[in-house]
Amino acid sequence: MKRRNFLKACLIGGTTIALGKTNKGWASGSFEGYPEAMGVLVDTTRCIGCRSCEAACNKEQKLPEPDTSFDDPSVFQHDRRPTAKAYTVVNSYQKGQPSGPVYRKVQCNHCNEPACLTSCFVNAYTKTQEGAVIYNSKVCVGCRNCMIACPFNAPGYDYDSATNPVVKKCILCYDTRLKYGKPPACVEICPQEALTFGHRADLLKLAHERIRATPDRYVDHVYGEKEVGGTSWLYLAPVGFDKLGFDTTLSNDPIISNVKDFLGMVPMVLSIWPALFSGIHLLCKNQEHGEHGHDTDSNQEDTKP
Amino acid sequence: MSSYKHLIVAALSIGAISVSSPAALQCAPVPDSITLNQSGKLFSPFTFNHAKHIQSIKECADCHHHTTGTLVLDPNCARCHQNSSPTAVVSCKGCHSATPFSPETLAAKRADKQRYHLDKMGLKGAMHQNCIGCHAKVGNGPTGCQDCHPRTKEGAAFYSTNRKGAKPAHAEEE
Repeated sequence: MKRRNFLKACLIGGTTIALGKTNKGWASGSFEGYPEAMGVLVDTTRCIGCRSCEAACNKEQKLPEPDTSFDDPSVFQHDRRPTAKAYTVVNSYQKGQPSGPVYRKVQCNHCNEPACLTSCFVNAYTKTQEGAVIYNSKVCVGCRNCMIACPFNAPGYDYDSATNPVVKKCILCYDTRLKYGKPPACVEICPQEALTFGHRADLLKLAHERIRATPDRYVDHVYGEKEVGGTSWLYLAPVGFDKLGFDTTLSNDPIISNVKDFLGMVPMVLSIWPALFSGIHLLCKNQEHGEHGHDTDSNQEDTKP
Repeated sequence: MSSYKHLIVAALSIGAISVSSPAALQCAPVPDSITLNQSGKLFSPFTFNHAKHIQSIKECADCHHHTTGTLVLDPNCARCHQNSSPTAVVSCKGCHSATPFSPETLAAKRADKQRYHLDKMGLKGAMHQNCIGCHAKVGNGPTGCQDCHPRTKEGAAFYSTNRKGAKPAHAEEE
């Protein structure tokens, strides 16, 4: 009787713990970002490719001197990606089209549920309530999982130092500006107001309103509204996003959903299996003992006259 | 009817400039030239030839929207501003904020639930989009940064102009 109760308790306890943990894991899929999160709406129809945002970022984040000046249009010959020395770059698309080139600013999109954060096993990344995805170089071990996980190729790695691993990317000017409610340096310098800073929720309304008011100007989609669970940086475009180098194959589920089911099993395995198997082990062991003892007892009884 | 009204407006505007007296349309005098970018650090201040633009555009509303009291052509604007009278301030900075994204501006915008013009451009954005947009469309007029406002010394450092022509990063990859 005692043994049965013990096993029952083990099983019930283990299952409740396991279910509790996995339920929490599932619930994270419905997270739609912090309600007060800020963001930036990029209107690619307004951008003139002046690269002032690149210069402002370089100065604000105290990055090394660029390879070539910030008014050199020769950089548009190739697609660039953000690096440890340039947290944001402007690329040019649709160059041969009569409507002229379309410029697209690239940087960390500051996901609501960042893949870099999910993939980091030392918790170097934090999604702040203001919407920024920031990074702590003190705990980083330089595994670069975040660079592989990021669907937007945002994090860059500083290969100059072998002993001090540092991943570098846009932090939405968190330390110097966002923390105090101020717009990032790129937004402030943009002459065309191609970048609009505000609460992410408000920016979504503005974006849809711009599409509604001038339907000929935009394709009816706000990139970043739903992609990988939503991002703090949102984009409007005059042509299909695939033509501007955007990854249009991304799912609307956050990257964490790809691994959540598997990771949800971990607490279950950790809590149920020890209880289950030690229970089975004890059961077998006790039975062996019990039967043996019983046999000897009965034998003794039998030998009694 | 509308072209007739245009002609009157144009004639009045040109007349106002030629006699360089307070305009017949509004109380404030129409300036012949305006110094823009007065507090610019990276780019120098420059003179905007207002008179020349009035002569070539002839339509106040193209830049000043409904504020000068002339006929509003945009059907969306006309829904409210069809019969708007001239406003006290017609300059860009009278409506377009120089700090459109400051915490104070954003908070005021959030607090005002009745506001219609939620997506009103800041001063810098409004001016650049208006100037460059029109110059590009008409194909006549400066569109480059330094065509209007030359860079200052500080501006040259900001844009790292001394590194112009240096080998771009992508050249190494090839």
